[in-house]
Amino acid sequence: MSTTTAPPEAEGDGPGGGAPVRRVPAWRRGLRPYLLSVPAVLVIAGILYPFALGAYYAFLDYAAVVPEPVFVGLRNITGTLGDPVFWSSVRVTATYALAATAVETVLGVGIALLLFRAGLVGRLLERLLILPLMIAPVIAGVIWGLMFNPQFGVLNHMLGLGSTFDWLSEDRALWSVMLVDVWIFTPFVAVLVLAGLRSLPREPFEASDVDGAGWFYMFRRLMLPMMWPYILVAVIFRFMDSLKVFDHVYVLTAGGPGGATRTLQIGAFQNSITNLNFSLGSTYMLLLWVIVFITARYLVAVLGRAQRRAAGSED
Amino acid sequence: MTATRRPGRRRFSPASAGADLLLVLWFAFSLFPILWMVLLSLKSRADQTSTYFVFTPTPDNFATVLSEEGVRLTGVDFTGALLTSLVTSLGAVLLSLAIGVPAAYAAGRWAYRGSGDIMFTILSFRFAPELMVIVPLFVIYNQLGLFDSDAGTIWVLQLVTLPLIVWILRSYFQDMPEELEQAALLDGYTRTRAFLMVALPLVRPGIAASALLAFVFAWNNYVFPLILTGGQNPTVTVAVTRFLGGGGQAFYNLTAAAALIAALPPLLVALSIQRYLVRGLSFGAVKS
Repeated sequence: MSTTTAPPEAEGDGPGGGAPVRRVPAWRRGLRPYLLSVPAVLVIAGILYPFALGAYYAFLDYAAVVPEPVFVGLRNITGTLGDPVFWSSVRVTATYALAATAVETVLGVGIALLLFRAGLVGRLLERLLILPLMIAPVIAGVIWGLMFNPQFGVLNHMLGLGSTFDWLSEDRALWSVMLVDVWIFTPFVAVLVLAGLRSLPREPFEASDVDGAGWFYMFRRLMLPMMWPYILVAVIFRFMDSLKVFDHVYVLTAGGPGGATRTLQIGAFQNSITNLNFSLGSTYMLLLWVIVFITARYLVAVLGRAQRRAAGSED
Repeated sequence: MTATRRPGRRRFSPASAGADLLLVLWFAFSLFPILWMVLLSLKSRADQTSTYFVFTPTPDNFATVLSEEGVRLTGVDFTGALLTSLVTSLGAVLLSLAIGVPAAYAAGRWAYRGSGDIMFTILSFRFAPELMVIVPLFVIYNQLGLFDSDAGTIWVLQLVTLPLIVWILRSYFQDMPEELEQAALLDGYTRTRAFLMVALPLVRPGIAASALLAFVFAWNNYVFPLILTGGQNPTVTVAVTRFLGGGGQAFYNLTAAAALIAALPPLLVALSIQRYLVRGLSFGAVKS
């Protein structure tokens, strides 16, 4: 994310010509970072191996009922791309990721602005801001599941919805699980943006205040451009994580009813673990990984541009 | 207008009262589920399906969940799950520290060929869809006998803890002025001693914060233990969900008590490292 470059230490000779007391040959100095990274690289290899194997499964016919894997080339991928169930999962995932990220960004920036200018009330509440974020998403799902319950749940009782209003019905479930996502992750956006607000230089604001600029003008012309990098970091994390959402959705609906909340990871879970069709699940994941990869490249490029612009507008 | 820029001087205005009201509304929404969970966890068996706020509170549920009584009623060994979570989360963090601190130091101190590749591969673990790795591991673990074992969980949790620790610590090592180590080298320290005696103590707050945050995310993880620990050796996140579907009987009050116990360690950690949280949550991208 941050594009700081490490100081190049002693590439040729000692810094400033003054040789250290103990001379270490240049080739050994050059080797040092590699030696330090060896354990990490071994673990990376150990994780990349199943990752690559997962990608390979997408080109096999491999399932509990087909214990001897058969290479089938692109057949899984073309089959999945022609499957309306897969596209329904893509639609659910895209809707979820776009809507949840948008709502969380708007709310999070709003809360950060309110806390930034807030008085005593805000300072007291700020300490509690991140509590939902620290509770495991699956446990948040359990809590909300208890509250959503039509008969015994507290929400229908408090909101006067009666005992027949079903938060997790086919046409409402996706919005209800998004509500839980908003509850958990809006504080994530808020704390990042708040940290950004507090790091802004004061001079441009004081100057434009002297010039008689209005609050909204200052917000749009000064604050927002300087805030963009912080907002974008939050958006990147939220959007990428929403694309692979699983925990609270799975415990609330397990992908149902009728596939209404069957995100791509839940679809992969159903294929691979429930139905033990490893190839089909891995095909889902390979395609999701491609989506994640392309999105990441795009968003990181946007972030780089915003960082350069914000840095330029500071002087 | 200028009220936004003068934190010292507060005066009452409809706008600031409105802003405070909006904040209170958000926090009401944000804290209500936690409050409700606390209330539900204090309700007796008879009160558990009521939606009232007035009842006679009882601490019994916590005792039940943590005792043989809970195992008998619900079939969930919650104490065992707490122990499993503690061992696997702690093990994952320690392993990540052991391999991550040197790597983060190397990446923060030197711009060497391949360092960018290593760092971005580690970061990509954070964003990769978990099931891409779990499905093959599900097959491999069954062959190797690692299924349902603490070692297997610790290994797969490296996907959670390693990126966090390496990226946060790299940003701390980058911020550390190199002159300090140079001075130690001129005093005749070896590289290793300069690292151990000068660099490492300076990033201690970073190590503590990243380790605690990594512990929270390992503790909170659900999808890895759900698939790779099956029935015998679940973590707390998996165990809490088991209270819901136990043998046709509903134990909402026990579920809430278990959820509260499972949420307590992360909440305590969060409150204790609030100063370092932003940097940790953003993997070092946002420094506060």
